[in-house]
This record gives sequence, structure tokens and C-alpha cells, in this order.
Amino acid sequence: MTQWERFLDTFFNAAVLTRYAPDILAGVWVTVQLSILIVIVGIGLGAGLAMLRAYRVRVLSLLIVIFADVFRALPPLVLILIAFFGLPNAGIMLSSFLVLFLVLTLTLAAFAEEIVWAGLTSVDRGQWEAARSTGLGFTQALVWVALPQAVRLAIPPLTNRAIAITKMTALGTVIGVPDILNQATTAQSFSGNASPLMLAALAYVALFLPFVILARWLERRFAWKKV
Amino acid sequence: MMAGSDAAAPSLDVRGLHKAYGDLDVLKGIDIAVKHSEMVFVLGPSGSGKSTMLRCCNRLEEPDSGAIRVGGDPVTGAGVNLNAIRQRIGMVFQAFNLYPHLTALANVTLALRKVRGMSRRDAEARGMEALAQVGLAEKAASHPAELSGGQQQRVAIARALALEPEVMLFDEPTSALDPELVGDVLEVMRDMKKAGMTMLVVSHEMKFARDAADRVIFMDKGVIVEQGPPEDVFGAPRHDRTRAFLSRVSGQ
Repeated sequence: MTQWERFLDTFFNAAVLTRYAPDILAGVWVTVQLSILIVIVGIGLGAGLAMLRAYRVRVLSLLIVIFADVFRALPPLVLILIAFFGLPNAGIMLSSFLVLFLVLTLTLAAFAEEIVWAGLTSVDRGQWEAARSTGLGFTQALVWVALPQAVRLAIPPLTNRAIAITKMTALGTVIGVPDILNQATTAQSFSGNASPLMLAALAYVALFLPFVILARWLERRFAWKKV
Repeated sequence: MMAGSDAAAPSLDVRGLHKAYGDLDVLKGIDIAVKHSEMVFVLGPSGSGKSTMLRCCNRLEEPDSGAIRVGGDPVTGAGVNLNAIRQRIGMVFQAFNLYPHLTALANVTLALRKVRGMSRRDAEARGMEALAQVGLAEKAASHPAELSGGQQQRVAIARALALEPEVMLFDEPTSALDPELVGDVLEVMRDMKKAGMTMLVVSHEMKFARDAADRVIFMDKGVIVEQGPPEDVFGAPRHDRTRAFLSRVSGQ
């Protein structure tokens, strides 16, 4: 066997690829489900917290800031291991899927809160004054005037962060979530061949490239000119 | 006039208005009564408190003490529904403050729909009327960024007019405009006066004040120094401070 043939056999072994493709496809489905859930709930929760913070109720704001800072500081893997291996000792059993979903959602929410909050604080005071002078209440001014402008500013950092966090679904492998990477590493140890990992890499690209393109489209869509 | 308003009361009545920022007394007891359909101009050097006075009238700034009434109804004091009373006081800002994410028409209809609860169709009909009043019906679908400064300010005026306020407050409405765009905004204000709008205007447009205002108020250091018809205040100012200000402004 030449060097080249050995390389091809290691990474692109046709028999192994065919054998394990269905498993990895099943993993794709798990990763897609998790990613969609994490993005929707995480960004929704983060934006909601940023809006709550806009009311400037001191205790509430403090709690939100503590949450955001802690979850932005902790590596998600640490939280995943604590929740999955620690909590059962305290009598709380969570499925690996739920642990991964919760940790990544809360992490994304923490970043999203800070990003949307930064957007809200950058909305000119005059915008609020104009809205309030026409009789809009604080909540109405927040929802109809400040938030749309904050979201526009938040879209690029928000999409970047959403992509970064959803890629971390691969961390689920360490607690047995049957995602793409888990399926691939299992297949790799059964077959003694790295081809399933290559297939996993391809699956991630196929999955996240449209996500990146969608992010670009969103950025253009929201890029109305500032006055 | 709106139901419940006292026809004999001034459209806007400010009594004993005080406002301080820390140790700095910005307003030291201001009394102003603006009659129905009257256009009152407020002049004064920067730091005289005239913008603060105006912003107290709809409580964008909270007065420390004093009473403000619109058509006889209180703006200040406990139990006032601020969002309701603010709809009766239109405000135009130096920086226009149009909502950049909305079209001109949507800028005008936002409060009609969200505060008044009007249907989209009714709000848009009313909004188009208001835009037509400022001569910008054909710009209804444009976003603020696509409009000149003068057009933006006219849309901002339409946004306030759409709510059919009893009083309009103008906070240096032409100060942010290029000189060649000022005329259009002043023209709209002249039309509004003709239509009977009550207006309180803080502005440096002396020439416009001289031939359009019913009354001119000169403010300095938080007090009203003098007031009267424009020909008196401009032609024969009684106070040194007024004379000094006018010669400084005209002497440029």
C-alpha cells in the first residue's frame, strides 16, 4: 500500500463510510434539533432579560448582570459535567439531551442579554423622548421604538454568537448525547478507521454553512441606513 | 377644544415653574400663559433655561415645583395620566428624532395605532392627512435616511400634528438644519399658525419671530426678563440684558 492509498483508506474508506452513514445521519438530526431549540430559546430568553433590565429595577438588574457574567465566564463543558455527573448525587436526574440543551441555552442567553442590552443603551435618548411625547408608555416605547433599533445593531454579534454556541453541541459527546460527533467517534472506535470523523466534519460544514449564509442575509436584511 | 377643557382657560398655562439640577437653579419661577391660537416665541442666550422650560411643559423634564395646565387640565401633580395628557401636547425636537427603522408614514401612525388603538386603515388615512399638511404626502413610503433634514423635521411635525394636539412645543426646530432648508420648516409653522394652532417656540429665528409671532418672551438665567409684541421687544427692548442679547445676535 502506498502512502496515498493508506491516507485514502484512513479517511475515506468507502466500506466504512457506507456502513456508518445512517448512524451519522441520525446524529445530524439530533444536532439540528438541539441547535434550533438552543438558538430560539437562548436568544428569546436573552432578549427578554435585556428588556427587563431596561426597566432599571435595581435588584432585578443586579440578578440579570450576575447571571450574564457567570454564564459568560464559565466554560460550558464545566457546567455540562457538573449538571450531568454532579446533580444526580443531589437527587436530580436530567437526561443528557436536557443537560446539553439547558447549559448551551443559558450560555447563549447570557451573551444575547449583553448584546441586546448594548443595543438598547445605544438607542439615542431622543428616540425615547419622541415616543413618550406622543403618549407611548415606557413598554410601548421599548417594544416599538427602542427594541427594533437595538436588534438591528445586535444582529451581527448575535448570529456570530449563536453559531459559536450551537457548534458546542459537539460537547454532548462527553455525556453521551447521540449527536453527530458522538455517532462518529463510536463508529470510529468500532471500525478502527477515521472515515466516520471525516463524514462528521462534512456533516458539520453542510449544517452550519447555511446557518452562516442565513446570518449574512439577516445582517443585510436589517441594515437599513441610520439617519 | 377637547371635551372637558375649559374654553376660558389658556391653552397652555405655566405657573411658578422651578427646576434645579443639583445646586444649579435652571428655572427660578416661570409664569407663561399661551392663549388659544397664539404663537409665542421664547428667546434667550444658551443656558437661559428656555429648553428646560419647554421640556417641563410635557414633563420630559420633571419640574421641581409649579403647576402646568393644558386647556385647564393639570399636567403636573398626583393622579395625572401622563400618557393621555401628552397626546394633547405636540413636541418637535431640534434633532427631529424620527424613528429610523420606520417609514415616514409609520412614524406618523405609530402613536395613532399603539396609543389611540386606531385600525391600520384609519391611522394611515389620518397619517396621510398630516403628511399632506406638511407637504410631504409623496414621501410617505420613504425612510428618514432618504429625506433631507428639512423634510425629516416636517415629518416630525406631522407626527405631532396627527394626534391633533391643543398645543405644539417647538424646541429649536431649525437649529440643526442647513440654512437653505430652514425656510420650508418655517413655512409649515406659518401655515399651522394660520390654521389656528397654539404654539410655544424656542428658537433663534429672529426674523421669523419678528413677523410671525404674536408675542416674544426673553429669558435669561432662569427668569423671564421681558415680554411683549415682537415690535416692542425687538424695536424698543426695555432691559439691558435684552438689548445686550439682541445686539450680540444681530451683530454677527
